[in-house]
Amino acid sequence: MITVTDLTKRYARTTAVDHISFSVHKGDIVGFLGPNGAGKTTTMRMLTCFFPPTAGTATVAGFDVFTQSMEVRRRIGYLPEAPPLYLEMETIEYLRFVGRLKGLSGAQLERRVAYVLDRCNIGDVKMKLLGKLSKGYRQRVGLAQAIIHNPDVLILDEPTSGLDPKQINETRELIKSLAGDHTIILSTHILPEVEQTCEQVLIINKGKLVATDSVHNLQARARGAESMLIEVAARDGEFATARVQDRIQKIPGVSRAVLKEELQNGAVFEVEASKGQLVRGDLARAVVESGWDLNELRPSAMSLEEIFLQLTGSDAVAEADAPPEAAQPPEAPEASA
Amino acid sequence: MRNIWIICRRELSSYFTSPIAWLLLTMYSVIFGWIFWNFLGEFIKQGLDMEMMGQASPMNVNEQVIRPLLGTSSFLGLFMIPLISMRLFAEEKRNGTIELLATSPVRDIEIILGKWLAATSLYCWIVLFASINFVFLFRYGNPDWKPMLITLLGVFLQGAALLAVGTFISTLTKNQIIAGALTFGACLLLWVFSWVSSYDSSTWAQVFSYMSVITHFDTFDRGVLSSKDAIYYLSVIFLGLFFTARSMESLRWRS
Repeated sequence: MITVTDLTKRYARTTAVDHISFSVHKGDIVGFLGPNGAGKTTTMRMLTCFFPPTAGTATVAGFDVFTQSMEVRRRIGYLPEAPPLYLEMETIEYLRFVGRLKGLSGAQLERRVAYVLDRCNIGDVKMKLLGKLSKGYRQRVGLAQAIIHNPDVLILDEPTSGLDPKQINETRELIKSLAGDHTIILSTHILPEVEQTCEQVLIINKGKLVATDSVHNLQARARGAESMLIEVAARDGEFATARVQDRIQKIPGVSRAVLKEELQNGAVFEVEASKGQLVRGDLARAVVESGWDLNELRPSAMSLEEIFLQLTGSDAVAEADAPPEAAQPPEAPEASA
Repeated sequence: MRNIWIICRRELSSYFTSPIAWLLLTMYSVIFGWIFWNFLGEFIKQGLDMEMMGQASPMNVNEQVIRPLLGTSSFLGLFMIPLISMRLFAEEKRNGTIELLATSPVRDIEIILGKWLAATSLYCWIVLFASINFVFLFRYGNPDWKPMLITLLGVFLQGAALLAVGTFISTLTKNQIIAGALTFGACLLLWVFSWVSSYDSSTWAQVFSYMSVITHFDTFDRGVLSSKDAIYYLSVIFLGLFFTARSMESLRWRS
């Protein structure tokens, strides 16, 4: 559906996008991931024909973005980072305007307007001025205008930025539900969003594509050897960490067992196995048969976050959104009198 | 064609929902009405004076009321034009709605024409609305309507030309105030260029005088339909819109 070859955008002094190549199949949801300023918006603007590439080509549904721009524009729905709303217009009036702009008219226009009002759940604000809508509603109106002409391709630039957690969830669900009919590219710098919504991920940093794969493969790839976390506890209250570690290491297939955390009456080990998940059963049996309790056994998949930081280098750390736990500074101890 | 109309209609409706159109309509009508009242009062007083002195020299409503009034209204337009044109592109650039227009299956020239047409028709409507005052002249007098229409056409053409310049200036910035101030400056400059002809007749003076919008308004003001002056206005419109198109194109390549 989308083919991008050596796409490059250079400004006077900087290269915003540097020889990017990728392709997206029909019906896929692709996450475009990168720290702020990595070139996500620039790439999307080239795909939507907002501005032409300096070098390289991109085709959407077989049409070149530069030479067959009008054909491409008819097939693309675009939600820029800030929804392009005319604040002095009413929702329904605005949607009719965009619909007409995209070539709809008459009964077909009314049908599509009614459809997107329903689909994006904005029917209750259809007579309100866009300037009076809350951010969540504005975002949904933005999505509605993007899908009004039933485009083959949807390009969404940070569709959940600035929303509250409930709205973020609703928007993600909405986007997911659109995936069947449309091919979707969405950009974000929020990692869980990609894990939750996308099937394929493109990671971009400083204008260069650093990784492109399915979310699943990417996790597996970064994980390297199969590893698991196992939490073992002793029933009788006498727990000997070394003995347990020793026992685990003796299981065939286990290459290494590292103590991760010592608990009050047990411990967590990270177990690396060369034979993959097949070891799990043996591991569980060994622990139980030795008379210990098996509290938890799970694969220690590297989160996309770690992969991301690993791929984009440490300079991205400051820019990437911190995970919610870390965002909140630990509560200060009670002030001394 | 259809796209031009779509853009134009939205633009017009936004002039009226953001109260700028109503504001201009009111202000212009009040000022125009006041000036009309004054010209008319003077005309009537002059008529009475002549009657009292017993000398009945011919008087002309066209020459003494309509013509100076429309001349003044072309001057009033000078203040109104920046207010109409400044938002055309500057607002879209600030709100990000330009991204919607520029990625829709609409050609740049259709966007530009739609916006300029909306601005021009708003301007013409405001002038026409204020011209309702002339109805009284036709009701109680017998003015010649042909030169009046030609002068009105001159007012429209001058407005359309300056609005094309304003449209171009609006593409240069995100800031409506800057766009408005620049447009006002440009309009004023195109106005005062004609002054040079009063004391100088060198080639340069003639060039500057030719560039002035007011030089070409004079013939229309006299009720003369002159193709030469109409062509001047049409070429200013063309140039203004042409530069707007180039400016939008460069926006795409640079941004």
